[in-house]
Formats: sequence, C-alpha cells, structure tokens
Amino acid sequence: MSARRIFARPARFAAIAPYLWMVLFFLVPFGFVLKISLSQTAIAQPPYLPLFDFTEGWAAIKAAFAQLSLDNFGLLVSDNLYISSYLRSLVVAVASTLILLLIGYPIAYGMTRLPQRWQAIAMMLVIVPFWTSFLIRIYAWINILQHDGLLNKILLALHLVSAPVVWLSTDTAMYIGIVYSYLPFMILPLYATLVKMDPSLLEAASDLGASPARAFWLVTFPLSLPGVGAGALLCFIPIVGEFVIPDLLAGSGSMMIGQTLWLEFFTNKDWPVAAAAAVALLLLLVPPLLLYDRLQRRQLGAAD
Amino acid sequence: MGLADHMTEQSPDIGRPNIDVSPAEAVADMPLLRIEGVSKKFGTFRAVDRLSLDIAAGEFFALLGPSGCGKTTLLRMLAGFETPDEGRILLGGRDIAPVLPHERPVNMMFQNYALFPHLNVRDNIAFGLKRAGMSRAATDTRVAEMVALVKLDGMEKRKPDQLSGGQKQRVALARSLARRPKVLLLDEPLAALDKKLRESTQLELMELQRRLGMTFIIVTHDQEEAMTMANRIGVMDAGRLEQVATPRDLYEAPASRWVAEFVGDVNLFEGEVTSHEHHRLTVATRDGGAIVVAEPRQSITTPVVTVAIRPEKVKLTRRGPASEVVDSQAINRLEGVVTDVGYLGGSTVYKVKLDSGAVVRSSMANTARIDGDTFSAGQRVVAWFTPDDCMVLER
Repeated sequence: MSARRIFARPARFAAIAPYLWMVLFFLVPFGFVLKISLSQTAIAQPPYLPLFDFTEGWAAIKAAFAQLSLDNFGLLVSDNLYISSYLRSLVVAVASTLILLLIGYPIAYGMTRLPQRWQAIAMMLVIVPFWTSFLIRIYAWINILQHDGLLNKILLALHLVSAPVVWLSTDTAMYIGIVYSYLPFMILPLYATLVKMDPSLLEAASDLGASPARAFWLVTFPLSLPGVGAGALLCFIPIVGEFVIPDLLAGSGSMMIGQTLWLEFFTNKDWPVAAAAAVALLLLLVPPLLLYDRLQRRQLGAAD
Repeated sequence: MGLADHMTEQSPDIGRPNIDVSPAEAVADMPLLRIEGVSKKFGTFRAVDRLSLDIAAGEFFALLGPSGCGKTTLLRMLAGFETPDEGRILLGGRDIAPVLPHERPVNMMFQNYALFPHLNVRDNIAFGLKRAGMSRAATDTRVAEMVALVKLDGMEKRKPDQLSGGQKQRVALARSLARRPKVLLLDEPLAALDKKLRESTQLELMELQRRLGMTFIIVTHDQEEAMTMANRIGVMDAGRLEQVATPRDLYEAPASRWVAEFVGDVNLFEGEVTSHEHHRLTVATRDGGAIVVAEPRQSITTPVVTVAIRPEKVKLTRRGPASEVVDSQAINRLEGVVTDVGYLGGSTVYKVKLDSGAVVRSSMANTARIDGDTFSAGQRVVAWFTPDDCMVLER
C-alpha cells in the first residue's frame, strides 16, 4: 500500500501508527544494542568491532556476522559484579514498590473520600512536583539530608537525636529519594481504580452485615487490585533500571544495574559489555510484564 | 407459580448482634415498623418532611411517587444509609437510630442490584450469611435453598458480568433474602427489566412475599407496579405522604387532585356546589355544566370542589334516538365531537371535544371482536357517566 493510500484512510493509519512508532523507536534501536552486545570492544570510534561495511560486498558482511559472539553475556554471568548489581536492583525495586504501595494506597483511598471539589485539588498536589525538574528535586533532597541539612536540624531542635545523623550516601537516603520520586506513579493508577468504584457496593456490603473495615477488605481492596498491579508495575520497572537516584543519594558500596551500565559505558568505554548488560536487564523485566499481562487477561476473561 | 416452594417457611433465624425484634419482646400493639415525624434535609432541601407511617408485619407496602419525592431517601433511612434529622424510626417498638446499617435486621435490594463483581453467584448470596457467622454447612444449605428459590440452578459459579439483567435481579433478590430479614426493602427492583419480565417478576415477588410472610417495602415510580403488588400504597410528593390507602381506594377514592392525576388517568371539572339534596350534590362546572354527583363519604367543607371521573367510567353513545338510560335525569351527559381515537387492543381511548371546548377522555373496553361499539374522529357523541362514578375532591 502506497503512503498516499495509507494517509487517505486515516482510520487505517491510526491503527498501524503505534506499531510504526514501536518499530522505529524501540525495535530498531534495540537491534542496534543487541548487535553491539554481540561485538568486541576496540579502541576505535565507535569503540567496538566489527562494523558492517556495506561497501565491501556480501563477503565482508558475512565475515562480520561470523565475528559476532556471546562472549559478553558469558562475562555477565561469570563476573560477580553484574550478578550482584542485578540482585541489588531487584531487591531495591521490590522493597521500594512495597513501600510505595503502603504509602500510596492510603493516600489514593483518602483522595476518593474527599468532596468532589477537593479531589481536584488533591490531584493537583500529587502532580505539582512534576513542575520542577526531577534532578533539581533530587539535589534538594541532598540538601535536606546532608550533615547540617534541614532534617538533622529539625531532629536536633526536637531533641530526638543528640548528634547529627548520617543520612546522605546511605540506602535510607536512596529509598527516600525513590519513594518520593515515584509516589505519583503509584497514586494515580490506584486513584483511577478506586474513584470509579460504585459506592452502592459498599452500602450493599454494609447492608449484608459487613463492618466498614470488613467491607474494605472484602470489596474495596479486591476490586482495586488492577490499580495495585498497574501502579506496582509502573514503579517497579523504572526503579530496576534507576541510575540517578542511587548515584546521587546512595553510598558507593554497592551498585544497581543502571550504575553498572553507566560505569561500563562511560568509564570503561566497554560498549559491548554495557550493551549486553542492557539486553539482560530487558530480559529480566519481561517475566513481571508477562505475569501482569496474564493476570489482566484472566480478569478480562472472567468479565466476558 | 410455586416459586417459594423450596424455602422452608419457619427456619431458625440467623444470629444478629444488638437488635432482636422477636414478637415476644416487641411492645404490645406496636406495628412492626413505625415512622414518627421523620425529616431529612439535604442543605435547605427537605427530602422527607415530618413523615409518619405505620407498617404492620407481613405487609407488602409500596412507596409510590415521582422521582425526587423523597421515597428513596425514606427507604435509605430505614436501611441506615441516611440518618433522620428529626423524628424516630421504631422497629419492633425500638428506636433503630443508633443501630448501624450492618447491624440492622433489614436488608435492601438495590436498584442497580449492587452485586459484587468479583464474587460469583454463590459467594454473592453467601456474603451476608458469612458475616452473620453462619457455619459453612448451614451457609451451603441456605445458598442452595436461595438458588432454587430464584431458579438460578447451575449458575452458582458465574460472575455477575456473565448474567443477563433478569438473572442479576434474581441474584440480588436471593442475596437480600438469604439473611431472612424482618423487613426487605426493595428500591425500584424491577426498573431495569423489560415489560414482560417485569410483569412475571411482579407476580413472583408477590407469591414469595406471601409464602415467606416477610414484610416487603418497595419503592417505585410505576403506579401499575405498586397497584399490582402492594396491599397498601403510600403516595409521596415533596417529602410528604399524600395518601396511604389500598390500591382500590387510591384509585376510586383519591384524597386529592394530585393523587387522582398521579394514579391513573382522570377527567377533572372544577366547579362550585350549588345544591345538596337526596344524597346528591349538584356541581356547577365551567367546562361540563351542571354535574350531579353522589354525596362523598366524608362531607365536604368547602363549596369549591373538583369533580373527577376516570375515563373507563365515561361511556360514549351515538347521538340520535337516545336510549332510556341516557335520558334518565340521574345521568350526566356531555355532548361533543370525537377528536382522537387511540386503539390499545383491549380497550380504545377516545378524546371528545365538548361544546365548551374542554376535552373529555373515555376508555371503552373492546368486548366484541367484530362490529364493536366503535366511534371515529369527527363523529358527534354523547359522553355520559353516573353520579356514583364521580369523585368529589376538595384539594
């Protein structure tokens, strides 16, 4: 089908546009990364071999393909550094997501209980941090958490501690930064699920003898699970690959996979290994995505 | 029907905290439910306005009124979802104001059914039983009983989304009946069903209520539905009860013009009483001339009245050699021209434009298949009715 005919039928173009987008901005770049991950490092520009030289003809391309190897992936498995950063990323992402759920759920639930007018204001308050650059907000946290920062000043003034506490460059600081940054991504899907719940369902539960607490656990919570899943996924996946927050707030003791990637790319200039680590990260994120997809399908299936 | 055959009539009541309205404890001479001067305001709007009403055990009571008349608010106060601003609600002689909704021995069937979408039919019905601490075996037995009662056998594992509107309605009914409430509240329970299904469900509900001996309070805006099902009807308007009566009295002896017009169709003639003799009143009306009416049961207090006649009591006759009956002095006669003919199958509704300009509606039963007594538009007719069929309304 010619481009002219595609544009002549807006509906058809609209149907394929998302796929075009995916191919152009996800699959093609991913192909590049995959290719680099199978290459060898070299002191060159760009710093890897082999390069496909299409001017040398078919034989050269075949030779280049022959040089591709899985050595870099072998390195990921054999070197403790990569495995420990993957594990740390997973642990941090799981723990952060749980904390986010524990904080985000009550906030989202509370928002749905506000009068209509106040709900819009609460929504604004959730979104308003986005108006300031993410990086500036993390630097603000450095300020708050440093030795003579706001947090220590308050704690000292309230006589809760006798000497300044070391916050910065600890895991605590990192968790504070992550939870703070990702909270809106947890609250918004939860709120969206909770707000459309039919209030007569709670009245029915109450009518049938359920106390308010029981009604919450037996009706509200199970019905909000799609929102819990969406919020958890929306936070979990980017946190696994998080680089800036652990780099600025956590100590230098152990690294998350995003930091390891940065190190390989910019310090070691080993693009192939960095690319292999990136591909492995993607593969790591596929199982939770598939799991979520299956859960959602099951829910939709039950609805049919 | 036999819908209720499966339900044992006197099974032990499930335990409920805080309130017990067993007859032994109830105050003597007290109706099951007494509503005393109850008001509910939303802002400055009085949804329910100093309303009082008694409902006896075993009654099928309908609250009938247009939307916004406060009938649903009243029902929600009975269920405990709204708190009265004034007045008391006594159930079995006890004020239930402090009793929380989940502790009241009443259950409600919601207008939108409010079935739990994540639970299947069985778990929806069992929800209230589990909350009451019923054992698993007893719950299973009761659920099976309820499923059979509403004819949902084989559907226990289905989720609400997999049910038709009629099936959802049955699940909602089973769920609200499962706890054997003292009073079942039904909020427009049939509004979402199509006409045929609605009519058959009406009969099933009546049968069920009779067999179980439970007290049903139904809220509806559909006067036919209220008339079909209820023993007594309370007609509500603007937060007040206009009239509480049996369906027949409501129709044949409405308390006001408003009730007469709300319940069924009616022809109204405003006028003034000019004479009163031999149990007959003569009312001089602007649109229909002098109309002779039977003396109402309660003597009238004001000469300015409205004469109301139901369309099916207005008969039409061709003009010409008048029959003996029509000529009698005791018959009211109005002459006019047929302007509209509405054929409804079982009956035909005629609109007759009187010489005064007013329009009178007459509904005639089509008793013969061929050569029935039909009239056509443009035909000159006599519309006539007896004094006994006239109702005299003071407000």
